[in-house]
Amino acid sequence: MNRRTISRRSLLKAGAATGALAVAGALPFGAAHAADLTVGFIYVGPKDDFGYNQAHAEGAAAVKKMAGVTVVEEENVPETVSVQKSMESMINFDGASLMFPTSFGYFDPHILAVAPKHPDVRFQHAGGLWSADKHPKNAGSYFGYIGLGQYLNGITAGHATKSKKIGFVAAKPIPQVLMNINAFLLGARAVDPTITCQVIFTGEWSLAVKEAEATNALADQGCDVITCHVDGPKVVVETAAGRGAFVCGYHADQSPLAPEKYLTGAEWNWANVYTGMVETMMGGGTIDNFVRGGLSDGFVKMSPLGPAVSDTARNQFEAAKAEIMKGGFLIIKGPINDNKGNVIAPAGKSFAEDDIALESMDYLVEGVIGSTS
Amino acid sequence: MSTGTPTELRAPERRGIADIAPRLEPLIIPIGALLGGLLAFSVFLVLLGKSPVDFFGLVYKAGFGTAFSWQNTLSRVAPLLLTALCVALPARLGLVVIGGEGAVVLGGLAAAVVGTALSGAPTAIGIPLMMLAAMLIGGVWIGAVGALRIRRGVNETISSLLMAYIAIALLNHLVEGPFRDPASLNKPSTAPLDPALRVGELPGMDVHWGFVAGIIACIVAWVLIERTTWGFAARIAGGNIRAAQVQGLPVGRLIVCFTAAGGACAGLAGFFEVSAIHGSANGSLVSGYGYTGILIAFLARHNPLAIIPVAILLSGFEASSGLIQRRMDLPDATILVLEGIVFVAILVSETLYGRFRIFTPRAEEQP
Repeated sequence: MNRRTISRRSLLKAGAATGALAVAGALPFGAAHAADLTVGFIYVGPKDDFGYNQAHAEGAAAVKKMAGVTVVEEENVPETVSVQKSMESMINFDGASLMFPTSFGYFDPHILAVAPKHPDVRFQHAGGLWSADKHPKNAGSYFGYIGLGQYLNGITAGHATKSKKIGFVAAKPIPQVLMNINAFLLGARAVDPTITCQVIFTGEWSLAVKEAEATNALADQGCDVITCHVDGPKVVVETAAGRGAFVCGYHADQSPLAPEKYLTGAEWNWANVYTGMVETMMGGGTIDNFVRGGLSDGFVKMSPLGPAVSDTARNQFEAAKAEIMKGGFLIIKGPINDNKGNVIAPAGKSFAEDDIALESMDYLVEGVIGSTS
Repeated sequence: MSTGTPTELRAPERRGIADIAPRLEPLIIPIGALLGGLLAFSVFLVLLGKSPVDFFGLVYKAGFGTAFSWQNTLSRVAPLLLTALCVALPARLGLVVIGGEGAVVLGGLAAAVVGTALSGAPTAIGIPLMMLAAMLIGGVWIGAVGALRIRRGVNETISSLLMAYIAIALLNHLVEGPFRDPASLNKPSTAPLDPALRVGELPGMDVHWGFVAGIIACIVAWVLIERTTWGFAARIAGGNIRAAQVQGLPVGRLIVCFTAAGGACAGLAGFFEVSAIHGSANGSLVSGYGYTGILIAFLARHNPLAIIPVAILLSGFEASSGLIQRRMDLPDATILVLEGIVFVAILVSETLYGRFRIFTPRAEEQP
């Protein structure tokens, strides 16, 4: 609690005191946790969504197993004043000193509003938005280069497709999503350069009906391998498998939803990242304000290959993965055009996965059928 | 209501409990229903093997028990007061408008767009203009629902809900297209507002000025309905629209004005969300305040003054949702179930008016 609270307290005492004595004695709260560190996790959706939130919740579950750590969690917290108060509630009532508010939209303005009021608490945000000259020092960003995971997805898709048409259900045409679409197609084209990828944008991060419609529309058009970038891929995976298409996962492991049709998936490896950060905190160190990593850094991992993946596919997948693990893998290699015929990179120019230019991506590469606007 | 003799005909010396009881009826029945709803919810908790005492203790602690809890509660109240008015004002004319969400998001968008255009303007000019823009668009949006009802006989409940979907689609389209700040890469938003155009917090509290604006709006709405001829005419029309028309009351104009006033309130809620919380307009504006407002207006029986305590109570419930999840391992939907049960209990209690003898004036004792 900060110093301002004292004046507020006196201001609000009359209201707060009403009935307080009557109930206070009998209640089960107030017992402080004996743990060395309390870590708070906040999710924008359900933590069993087979997607974005589940990936973070799996990270939280790994932290929970660490000795001396208490984990508190809240799910379905909207990106409004609610999340600000959830953070402060965890700080005030649970003594949390490390926060992981995981939704992209929690950072600006919410973490930026709360962090300066609680200088002793560390706020870690997934999304890579932190910048040294603008943002509080007790906040930090981390993010993973998951595009290469979609590239590896694309390799398995390129081998599995018979129709040479693969499909992508996407939420919004923003850089992170466009990167995944492009990487998925480029992976498939590493197998067969005639493959095309149809993309459908649903416009929302979580809108099951549209996701199902989009998946069905892709299947109707002959796409026989489908992946996605929405918060919860469950609907896409189940609908695609129900239509007989193969699926590549995203965010978390969706293989239990379609064991026969699941090829592989690009997953976050937050368990590794979060346990590392908590260890740093408990060891008295400071977490870097700005951290990123890919497959080789343990930020991203691939689901185990499914039964439908052929041996040739497996060999190419493993070879590409080994190449990526060396670091500096060139994901956009010139000469390459976008799907409107504009040159993205001439021959000889390439972008590695961590190239800052890729973070403002606004194009779909040649071979992707769809439009960013 | 009962068929008792009007109070003023009674002998002045007989002012016992039986005389004030009728006035207490509209207070005691909803409170009884509230307690009944809480009791029903407790049964639900017991069936889940959870302790109702722990539950309500945590609701109290997280919603009202500490200075932080009060700020947590009050900081959620502002948009709910205003969206509840968007339901309550038309309801006095007998209209059920449930699309306040649309006016909230468009009000927020209008405030952000005007705010962007006024970047660099002084606070005293910029903020009123942003408020005006938000109220104007909210008023037009819900006023159109009223006009459709009058001119074309379109059901206002359905049309307001569908127009809320249109409003959300418009918001998404505009913040991802024409009004998008090119710097907002992965979360399409309008440009960030100039700090001079951000509404601050009440002195010494973590609660923004929208709370005060909401309270004022509720008081103004109450005066409008209970103390003006316009409000009187609206109540007549709400009671019996044919009778009002026969009396020559301008029912059409009343409906358009009251729906527009409600929409303006919801639009104002959008302004405060943008100016006090978000600092720009984006998809996060769509957060269901318009729908919670429906619940609050019905619980308050469309009385603008009653909206204030009801909104504070529900905000307290919502403020406690997090602690309930963390301490009792109950899902976040628990608070929604509680709100739903209370809502149903209050609606059912509407049928109890006039059924209890204690509340009816004792006409038989009159000579």
